[in-house]
Amino acid sequence: MTALKLDRVTKSFGRIQVLHDIDLEVEEGEFVVFVGPSGCGKSTLLRVIAGLEDATSGRVEIGGAEVTRTPPAKRGIAMVFQSYALYPHLDVRGNMALGLKQEGQPKAVIEERIAEAARMLELQPYLDRRPSDLSGGQRQRVAIGRAVTRQPQLFLFDEPLSNLDAALRMNTRIEIAQLHRALGASMIYVTHDQTEAMTLADRIVVLRAGRIEQVGAPMELYNNPANRFVAGFLGAPSMNFLAPVTEAPEGAVLGIRPEHLRPEAEGPIRGRITHVEQLGGDTNIVVDTRTGEQATIRMFGQHRARVGEEIAMGFDPAHGFLFDAEGRRLA
Amino acid sequence: MSTARHNPLNSVAAHTALIAYTLIALFPVFVIVINSFKERRAIFREPLALPDAESFSLIGYQTVMKQGNFFLYFQNSFIVTVASLFFILLFGAMAAFALAEYRFRGNMLMGLYLALGIMIPIRIGTVAILQMMVSTGLVNTLWALILVYTAQGLPLAVFILSEFMRQVSDDLKNAGRIDGLSEYKIFFRLVLPLVRPAMATVAVFNMIPIWNDLWFPLILAPAEEVKTLTLGSQVFIGQFVTDWNAVLSALSLAILPVLVLYVIFSRQLIRGITSGAVK
Repeated sequence: MTALKLDRVTKSFGRIQVLHDIDLEVEEGEFVVFVGPSGCGKSTLLRVIAGLEDATSGRVEIGGAEVTRTPPAKRGIAMVFQSYALYPHLDVRGNMALGLKQEGQPKAVIEERIAEAARMLELQPYLDRRPSDLSGGQRQRVAIGRAVTRQPQLFLFDEPLSNLDAALRMNTRIEIAQLHRALGASMIYVTHDQTEAMTLADRIVVLRAGRIEQVGAPMELYNNPANRFVAGFLGAPSMNFLAPVTEAPEGAVLGIRPEHLRPEAEGPIRGRITHVEQLGGDTNIVVDTRTGEQATIRMFGQHRARVGEEIAMGFDPAHGFLFDAEGRRLA
Repeated sequence: MSTARHNPLNSVAAHTALIAYTLIALFPVFVIVINSFKERRAIFREPLALPDAESFSLIGYQTVMKQGNFFLYFQNSFIVTVASLFFILLFGAMAAFALAEYRFRGNMLMGLYLALGIMIPIRIGTVAILQMMVSTGLVNTLWALILVYTAQGLPLAVFILSEFMRQVSDDLKNAGRIDGLSEYKIFFRLVLPLVRPAMATVAVFNMIPIWNDLWFPLILAPAEEVKTLTLGSQVFIGQFVTDWNAVLSALSLAILPVLVLYVIFSRQLIRGITSGAVK
């Protein structure tokens, strides 16, 4: 069964169209991540799915039922927000219970579901506390717990990790992945962080300017990007775009990932080192090429390199991509 | 909000300024209260002296109490003030929520229209209001005053509250919608508690002018049974003879209820429960 089906969904605010003909299907149990630069429409798309915004045209189906005009509470969804959005006047238990009370669930069921969610997210010690007495990470866990208790057909996450610090972000990311495995629920997750997208997703949807650029499994997108935008957006450090070193049409650009470049005495790409980053496990070398671009080489392990040195680089042609002047993939 | 640096000199200077201002602001009140406890001659001989054994007198209070209707005036003023504040806050907050929360055609114009009343004094329309009250039969009822004061207070209330409501996190309201709360519940249970400090501000701003108003009670409700305190106190002020003891006593008594209401609202002014809602 499909958990979510979008059929030619568009959304306009006044004269400005922010979503153009979005078609998408999410399978039951799938973890789909919407990723794209800010202003690409990914949050708007999530809000349309949630029912917080009405689609200007097109159809939204959740769990096989059309919900295009259904209010959010009746769509069988639960949402986790970037700013947690906990009810400040309720304690943790009350926060998790509110949605169920509104649904008219019996008390025993509410208690049971809260206990279950609290166990899963290790929230038992905090059940009687107010949100203001919790740390950021705990608050986000409560927000996730609130979503879990609803037992929705579809979980929606709107940049849930953006307000957390780096260490907590990684832990919570792992927690969300484990939650997905434990519940086997369908989830849609919006982020601008490509690491989150790569590590969490079964499938990634790359959006730009209100259009879907490409949909696919993380490694599929990484190894086989449809265009220059997707190629440049996924991967850190991002892909190098250089002048082609072989026969190529007018205006074409060579794309090569930093880890596929290597120093080579007779390599076709030459330049001067302008910066070296020693990360211990990795070494990143930034080079200004003779053709005037900036290139990054990423090497495993620790390598000696000095700023100002001349360097020549080569790569395996199998790893090179060719894009035309409009950014479309040629090879 | 903690100040990073504590400069004792700054602190002293700030407190000196604040204390000086407090003294200036409280001085007239102080003079009224001390003189209300003095006999008539002492008031004029030494207006600034504290009442002593010789000059102490409760004659003013006795006159006020003997007047009989004084408690009724009190009650009228209280009903009018509290009811007006209630309606100003309720309707003001509702209108502000609609303006801040919903996108609809003419939202901006509606906001401007509602704010226009801030610039136009309601007293300009007194004659029209009086005609309206006469034809609806509301003259000499407390409702006449409550309606007028509500209309008078709404523009500023809408203006202030809509600004504050825009600051309430959208995520929080959306979380409520996803949990199945109705728009009314979102308004009453999520948004109103978060703008409580702003509501208190609006209440305090509106309370004092309503309590002290003489104009509309005089015109719309001069009958004995609906007289407000301010209007009731006027019987002691005559064209030729003024019973200053009674006037000062009445004024001293009139301060008390406002003081109580202010204390209630100012607690809300200080307390904010927003922390922990977002971020």
